[in-house]
Amino acid sequence: MTPDAWQGAFESRSSASFVDHLRQTAPHLLPGAELEAGGGEGGKPSVPHGTTVLALRYRDGVVIAGDRQASEGYQVAHRRIEKIFKSDDLSAVGIAGAAGPAMEMARLFQTELEHYEKVEGENLSLDGKANRLGQMIRANLPMAMQGLVVVPIFAGFDDRSGVGRLFKYDVTGGRYEETDYFAQGSGGKDARDSLKKRFRRDMPKDDAVRAALEALLDAADEDLGTGGPDFQRGIYPTVKTISRSGITDLADDDVRRHLEAILSERGRN
Amino acid sequence: MPLPYYVSPEQMMKDKAEYARKGISRGKAIVAIEYRDGILLVAENPSTLLHKISEIYDRIAFAGVGKYNEFENLRVAGVRHADVKGYSYSRGDVSAKALANAYSQGLGNIFTQDIKPFEVEVLVCEVGDSNGSKNEIYHILYDGTIEDEKNYAAMGGQSDEIRRYLKDNFKDALDLAAALQLGVRALMVTQNKTLTERDLEVAVLDRNKERRKFRRIPAEVLNQLLASGTT
Repeated sequence: MTPDAWQGAFESRSSASFVDHLRQTAPHLLPGAELEAGGGEGGKPSVPHGTTVLALRYRDGVVIAGDRQASEGYQVAHRRIEKIFKSDDLSAVGIAGAAGPAMEMARLFQTELEHYEKVEGENLSLDGKANRLGQMIRANLPMAMQGLVVVPIFAGFDDRSGVGRLFKYDVTGGRYEETDYFAQGSGGKDARDSLKKRFRRDMPKDDAVRAALEALLDAADEDLGTGGPDFQRGIYPTVKTISRSGITDLADDDVRRHLEAILSERGRN
Repeated sequence: MPLPYYVSPEQMMKDKAEYARKGISRGKAIVAIEYRDGILLVAENPSTLLHKISEIYDRIAFAGVGKYNEFENLRVAGVRHADVKGYSYSRGDVSAKALANAYSQGLGNIFTQDIKPFEVEVLVCEVGDSNGSKNEIYHILYDGTIEDEKNYAAMGGQSDEIRRYLKDNFKDALDLAAALQLGVRALMVTQNKTLTERDLEVAVLDRNKERRKFRRIPAEVLNQLLASGTT
């Protein structure tokens, strides 16, 4: 045993990170490994992009929602894509940007959180989760430079301070906490404008869900890339609420009911 | 330079095995019992912070006896193995069998190559689906020997007596309270003190749970379960 061999225990055992483990033992499994290896020459690849996701705080936590369309240029690439991923029992990621790498990142992030929980025997703090996601986005920077930008929003319930919180990111992994609401993606600006008018502090859940759906409708109205609700095919936006008791999916029927109420009200005016 | 003493391979293996067995028999025992809704794991463990039973993956649990740092290393290696496999293929492709084999290889290599063998035994349990696939319980010894067990398993100090007790008293499809009481009685066979919820670490793989089947049973609930039906 070399004099420093015992110190190795601290380095390897202190890593409860799945991503670090992959980097050491199976780097080819990490997203973007091919680009770092010198591939990816040529023009921007044309890939599906996720469009509008948003999150806002309400009385008991946070609502996170997204439309269901992926666009490739002016074409609809996919009508039923899911953009809101449960990352653990108290948090979720909404993905915007290049759909493939974003979904891969969401899956890696889920594994990362669960891995930490199992190895350490306790959950990461919400700040810890948010920082970790930032680091993963930063690691994606080479791919972002090739046009495969991934900028998710992250929302969760902070069980240490007892409130819902939400975070936005930039391409370099910069992490910014929003106090009230945020929307990201091609229809993000329209959704933000809409939320700006409708957001109130400590809204009850129903009002918050309604504000989220109105914002998604407005985004679909103004932005080509954002998909509106499709009553004929039965495709509705994804809405999840996160509170102390965990994540709840809003059933399609409830979403439809809300949307019908909003649309009939708009039709009258 | 003096010549090293000659020790025959048989003698060396025997010495190592005896050394490992001694270490393990000093530790407290763990039992696993199949019950109606899955697999129950009961350990005698007064610590509420240092676990002997833990989650590896959706349907897989781990239990270790012997030296804590050694089985803790094995546990973390198992979590990594499972997470890498689940991430690169799919969650459904992670199996207890592959993991048990990895433990068997690892412990076997350590036993033959290292001066000091690991003083541990581990159980790897996988709960079957509700649509009829079977539970699996693998028992891996300090030298890499691997056995698959049915209905119940025991390891740690005086596990032979505990196993004998379980053999005589095990019944199919026990409910959770009955299985727990059986497990606790089995652990008490070799000692004359009564085990309470404070001396126990209990967890289940409950097939009725969503995705992650592993669940620890907290002391309050243990208390109720131990008291139920004993009138």
